[in-house]
Amino acid sequence: MRKKILAIDDMKTLRDLLGKVLKNAGYDVVEAVDGVDGLEKFDQSAPDLVITDLNMPNMDGIGFVTGARGKENGKTVPILVLTTETNEALKQRAKQAGATGWLTKPFNPARLTKLVDQLTGTRRG
Amino acid sequence: MDELEEFRTIFFQECNELLGALEEALSEIESGHADSDNINAAFRAIHSIKGGAGAFGFDGMVSFCHNLESVLDKLRNDQIVLSHDLARLLLRSKDIVADLVDAAQSDRGGLENMGTDVLAELKHVLDHGEAPSGSVAPAAPAPALVVEQAPAPKSDDAQNAVEENDEEEEEETASEREVIIHFKPEPDLIRAAIDPLKLFRDLQALGCVNVSLEKESIPSLDSYKTDKCYAEWKVSLFTAASNEDIEDIFFFAKEYASVTFEYCAIEECSTPVQSAEGAQSKAPASVEQKVEAAVSKASADIKAESGKEADVVAEGAAGKGGKAPITLRVDLGRIDRLVNMVGETVITQSVLAQQASALSPEHHGGLLHAIEALSRQTRELQESVMSIRAQPVKNVFQRMNRLVRELNGALGKDVKLVLHGEQTEVDTTVIEELSDPLVHMIRNSMDHGIEGPAEREAAGKPREGSIKLSADHRSSRIVITITDDGRGINREKVFEKAVERGLFPADAKLTPEEIENIIFMPGFSTADAISNVSGRGVGMDVVRRNIQALGGRVFISSTPGKGTVFTMTLPLTLAVLDGMVIKVGKENFIIPITSIIEASRTDSHQISIMPNGTRVINMRGEYVRLINLGNALGEPLCEKNCQVLIVETEAYGQVGMLVDDLIGQQQIVIKSLETNYKRVDGISGATILGDGKVALILDVDTLAQMNLGSNSYGAFNGFSETVPAEDDSAEAA
Repeated sequence: MRKKILAIDDMKTLRDLLGKVLKNAGYDVVEAVDGVDGLEKFDQSAPDLVITDLNMPNMDGIGFVTGARGKENGKTVPILVLTTETNEALKQRAKQAGATGWLTKPFNPARLTKLVDQLTGTRRG
Repeated sequence: MDELEEFRTIFFQECNELLGALEEALSEIESGHADSDNINAAFRAIHSIKGGAGAFGFDGMVSFCHNLESVLDKLRNDQIVLSHDLARLLLRSKDIVADLVDAAQSDRGGLENMGTDVLAELKHVLDHGEAPSGSVAPAAPAPALVVEQAPAPKSDDAQNAVEENDEEEEEETASEREVIIHFKPEPDLIRAAIDPLKLFRDLQALGCVNVSLEKESIPSLDSYKTDKCYAEWKVSLFTAASNEDIEDIFFFAKEYASVTFEYCAIEECSTPVQSAEGAQSKAPASVEQKVEAAVSKASADIKAESGKEADVVAEGAAGKGGKAPITLRVDLGRIDRLVNMVGETVITQSVLAQQASALSPEHHGGLLHAIEALSRQTRELQESVMSIRAQPVKNVFQRMNRLVRELNGALGKDVKLVLHGEQTEVDTTVIEELSDPLVHMIRNSMDHGIEGPAEREAAGKPREGSIKLSADHRSSRIVITITDDGRGINREKVFEKAVERGLFPADAKLTPEEIENIIFMPGFSTADAISNVSGRGVGMDVVRRNIQALGGRVFISSTPGKGTVFTMTLPLTLAVLDGMVIKVGKENFIIPITSIIEASRTDSHQISIMPNGTRVINMRGEYVRLINLGNALGEPLCEKNCQVLIVETEAYGQVGMLVDDLIGQQQIVIKSLETNYKRVDGISGATILGDGKVALILDVDTLAQMNLGSNSYGAFNGFSETVPAEDDSAEAA
């Protein structure tokens, strides 16, 4: 059973890049364009992991994390925040909301894959 | 690398859109609408560009964007006050970002030196909370910044290469040893969906693990607090994995827990051991693995494809919910092919219709009905396809903002560009052609039209000049006007110059309009000193020629002292038009329906001859100039009972055209005459009619212009001998 990852970013380039990296690593990738879309796709696709951007129109990443954690099926899914922000206060807010972790762009594909593997319990080799 | 290249392309496309959004937001901010919506929009745009730039390792761009973003962030949080200088600085920064994107796209070097002055100003804002006074940047901080923008590595992989090398060295020295890990989670760990058990399992994957709970840290049941976490573990791990790999397991968990690692004495071990990750990436993949990978990749691609389809379906559903529609990026070439195919279908359909028109409805009712339906459907199909290619002129208009800003600097003028109707949609083929003429005309207005601030003040005008750029749809054409409030055209000077250059004899009698339109003549320039802005006067005649080549027109009108208006009209599409098929002599021609006002049978009594020989026709009391298309096209009219088509021209008002017959109205797929043959004055293109014959599409404006002279009507003997001259009434008209 392939693991499913929900990638939320308002920027198509990032979604595509993320999607390609994760697909190459053997994951199914569901894309969403903002927090609102993310929550919808979250319900539809029941992902094993979520990677979300912070700054997005309609609903930002923190809104998404809060929303997802409020769902019955959203309490145990790891949610990674992938952002260019390095703002400590914002990071604290994301933590408060229940984000599993914080990664800063630019990301190294190999490193991201490794961390995602860990969180989804994927063993390789 | 190909994949990366593909992403780069998308990234740059996206950048252009984001730059547009940024420009829009910043322009709003500059014009006094510095509300949080606009600041947030600008912030988001620059933030997204930064994110993308980071992913591709354009470090210079990231650093620049970061500073711009920080300034916007401070602005958003009211930590700095927006001043006029700051708003302009933001706009200039946007230009630098556009340059950086450009340079990155074309892989040009010199990224590191780009925009250092603006960057310095941004830093100044960040440090001092206000834009430096005056537009010149302090020189001192610049060199330090250059260092920061060290040449960008080619890709994110390269960027991390250094780190990875370090890791590898570590890996090679690492061998089996004991690692003691103390792990004390905070209550939030569970809320962040991190499962301690999973962490232990991950450790287990690295080697032999012994986990023990620190029992003494757990209080007795009566002093238990439900919102506290008392569990604390000590893990003993025997592994050869690198420190990095071990600590990575707690990469996220350490944010929600206190984790300490003790690396115990390393036992001697001769063979270097690679980490699990390293081994995986370096070991040659077995055949099975390769096949599996290929299969999984293929299926992922297929899923991605079906995902895209789902998106399109979702669009319909989302539309009802009032959500922003999901868009699909399609290569323009594909749409062009589609448009062409639809064009061919339209032609085939008209061939069918023509062939079927001979059939009797009694025997072929069903067929005729179907052909009728087909004609409706092809038309709808064509409209839908054309609407895919329609784009708002906004993108082109917004690019002019930058031009005006830069010219302000270069010319020492203070001009504001105001946009109107930027949402007006027009076919992509036209959009692409808009930019150059607009640039030329705006340059012209800024260079020749609008005065310097001092001169303006002396003339009682506001120091700040204005150029209004507006777009509008008018009878299936797009009308673009460029209105400036400058000094207007000095007609005497223009005429003087034209005579001096031998364009006209000194005693030529020209109307004010004619004099103004001299500026579109080749080799004319009124600039006292040739500036590098408007160049050597090659601009305006080229502008007119290019616009005419597109089936467009351009005029100028001006009020001395008040300003100048350029009006440019273009067809909405360069692919199809509604045409009237007319018969002149033995040939069929097409006149665009949009230019036809009315058609009527002529009566010789309605026609009069002016003293200069021009024929006019009396249409309900109005006199309209007549052109004998038979003469004009070298295809003499054969019937005595001609028809007259009254057409509207842009430069010459209404003109009557004498033709033999009107065949019917038809949708025409335009085929370029220029690319297939050569340019012919008076003919704007060609098409294939239902009977398979080629018909030329007439350009009524050029025809009206070409036949201005007195003998244009020529020896048209259908009426000339019988028509009584009504000179008086003609002159009155």
